[in-house]
Amino acid sequence: MTPAGYRVLERTRETSDTWTLRLRAAGGGTMAFLPGQFTMISAGGAGEIPISISGDPHDEELLVHTVRDVGPASGAICAAAVGELLWVRGPFGRPWPLEEAEGRDVAIVAGGIGLAPLRPAILGLLGARERYGRLVLLYGGRSPEQLLYGPELEAWRERGIEVQVTVDSAGPEWLGPVGVVPGLIRRAELAPGTLAMLCGPEVMMRFSAGSLAASGVPAHSVHASMERNMQCGIAHCGHCQLGPTLVCRDGPVYRWSELERWTAVREL
Amino acid sequence: MSTAAGHTLESSGIGELIAALSRRGYLVVGPTVAGQAIVYGELRSAAELPAGWGDEQEAGHYRLRRREDEALFGYAVGPHSWKRYQLPPDALLWRARRAEDGTLEPLEPERDPRPLALIGVRSCELHAMGIMDRVRLGGAHADPGERERRRQMFIVAVQCTVAGGTCFCTSMGTGPEARDGYDLALTEVIEDGRHYFVMQAGSERGAELMAELDTAPASEAEVGAGAAARSAAAAGMGRELDSADIRELLLGNLESPRWAEVAERCLSCGNCTMVCPTCFCTSVEDTTDLAGETVERHERWDSCFTVDHSYIHGGPVRATTSSRYRQWMTHKLATWFDQFGSSGCVGCGRCITWCPVGIDITEQARLMREDQIAADADA
Amino acid sequence: MRTLDQLIAASPTFRGLADEYLALIAGCAVNERIDAGAELFHEGDPAERFYLIRKGSLALELQVPGRGRVIIETLHAGDVAGWSWLFEPHRWQFDARALEPTALVAFDGTCLRGKCESDHELGYELMRRFAGTLTERLQAARLRLLDVYGHGRGD
Repeated sequence: MTPAGYRVLERTRETSDTWTLRLRAAGGGTMAFLPGQFTMISAGGAGEIPISISGDPHDEELLVHTVRDVGPASGAICAAAVGELLWVRGPFGRPWPLEEAEGRDVAIVAGGIGLAPLRPAILGLLGARERYGRLVLLYGGRSPEQLLYGPELEAWRERGIEVQVTVDSAGPEWLGPVGVVPGLIRRAELAPGTLAMLCGPEVMMRFSAGSLAASGVPAHSVHASMERNMQCGIAHCGHCQLGPTLVCRDGPVYRWSELERWTAVREL
Repeated sequence: MSTAAGHTLESSGIGELIAALSRRGYLVVGPTVAGQAIVYGELRSAAELPAGWGDEQEAGHYRLRRREDEALFGYAVGPHSWKRYQLPPDALLWRARRAEDGTLEPLEPERDPRPLALIGVRSCELHAMGIMDRVRLGGAHADPGERERRRQMFIVAVQCTVAGGTCFCTSMGTGPEARDGYDLALTEVIEDGRHYFVMQAGSERGAELMAELDTAPASEAEVGAGAAARSAAAAGMGRELDSADIRELLLGNLESPRWAEVAERCLSCGNCTMVCPTCFCTSVEDTTDLAGETVERHERWDSCFTVDHSYIHGGPVRATTSSRYRQWMTHKLATWFDQFGSSGCVGCGRCITWCPVGIDITEQARLMREDQIAADADA
Repeated sequence: MRTLDQLIAASPTFRGLADEYLALIAGCAVNERIDAGAELFHEGDPAERFYLIRKGSLALELQVPGRGRVIIETLHAGDVAGWSWLFEPHRWQFDARALEPTALVAFDGTCLRGKCESDHELGYELMRRFAGTLTERLQAARLRLLDVYGHGRGD
């Protein structure tokens, strides 16, 4: 339960309330992690929260987190200046099924800040491009100003992933789709053997899973990153229970067919 | 590792037992009367044990009453459980101090180094401690210090000779007889003016300690007296819970109207989770002093009955009392199997006794089973 | 070079429609093209037509005082644009602007309404298909109403 100090090397503002922080272990260690895993992180004394790692899994020296300021703990982390120490435990959790995806088409479906936990998966897939079939990223956000990783999306296109981005509403300078992610899924005409990785608000994931099913991608080929109140990250505190599972240990990545029964129960 | 025949120890020998443990450096804890209840606290001598006290327990009801004899363990379990020693109500996990340059420097948390000796652990409690061990020490991130402190705990079990009004250990397969998991086990016998204990060692260190005490080999009659005392407990269970298929029963009835029904009485006070020996939810909180110079991270008991237990993104997932009661009961009896491979309930009855409105988990289970049987008949 | 019947039949909305009905509908339709940036229809104008997008995309927009032009939804190849021909007062509810050079099949709503009146079978087949697409649009609109990407309040 003892955290390690990580120094902020760089801060990038992504949107009005979201920052990407690049960190390095103050003691000079490395953190090997799998795409989809998270750390428990705090800025001295303001509370510890789970944040998915959003960095490149091939780089073990740099720890990257994309954090949204929604309260005291996240606010303190977002405000950490270059050179400041943050306190980190991890990595924890079940990762995205990159191995299971080999030889198949992969659809990455992201909503809002949900693109952050999927970024390591995208980088992992692109880093071994020849192992996979068609790669497509379907990404939805609130508005063009709330989209993450803007310039990188173009770079990903060039490395071999189709990228479709939609927003809930936009001004006239936006030339792309306006509408919901399920609409992108429908138009993507995915092949039935596709493996899908979903991350975003739970409602958006539910509707996206429905749209995937209608496109012939069944629930056992869909994997979603779930979220619940997490305080310890190590299956001790009991807060992150989702039915019979503990999100920190049995997730955050779940096979949708295993979740459906529980996400359908109100207030579970 | 239990010896077959056993030994006897006169009741006056209990004081020697406590002294012997103290001499070995143990902090001895056990039952004592405080606040009109039998709770667990430090024992410096046998005089602090609840001699001659018994208890009366029913749903939402707990009273101490004087016994006609001077039995030291003539009661069922009280509001405290041994989980307060496995998982302290408030534990300091980490602290750090701000150095002159503004950065945080970690400090070592201080801790009482004395190992614990637990006197008076019942069979249901041994099972509860085992269940808690699986939660805290069975996963990938067990704390080595916690594991070592647990290993060092010296357990003196006491066989129940009376069952409580809310007990149902027989339904859960957790008692009343303790068979292993202890260093020493005692069965209290009071007959023909004599007050003694039939004693068994359950481990090497238990046998070593027993050798220091003034014991005698137990005669057949004495062994029989012990057995008779134990079977009185089995016969007197206050409650019953049919635990066959209980997981499927509860998970198949998550939308039952019984949840809303019990929620009309439930105060969401969380007493049940505080007294339950296996409830393990904690909150992890960071605090600083006013000057912001020291940061502390504490792990404190928490309860799934609090509204913000399930808080994410601006609100709780389980906003209604009904959903929170359902979470508690289905976790305890059903999803605990999925998470930790066993039931979470040991049938100690504390949640029934200490619920201010007398909600009874065995009754709730019975109602749900009756509903299921009726639904199956209609189908 | 495909006929109008074939173009209409290829779209998800009209798929599976009997050949005779395809011919009937095609009788009320013409091909059209508009340039990128051109306005197809204007909020408040009489709406006697509807469109099937063959290629390209349209932005449905509203002028919101203080916010300027807001894109409510974009429609793409295979989508149908326009419901106001179905119900009074037959006026467009939004502006529509082509985001790129767009090829459309334009239907005469008045003509088609008349044919549905005389042939209720045709009417039912069309209404059934439009109801399906309307449901999908409503669902999407409701999803956006939830503003799922909006701010949470606290940790």
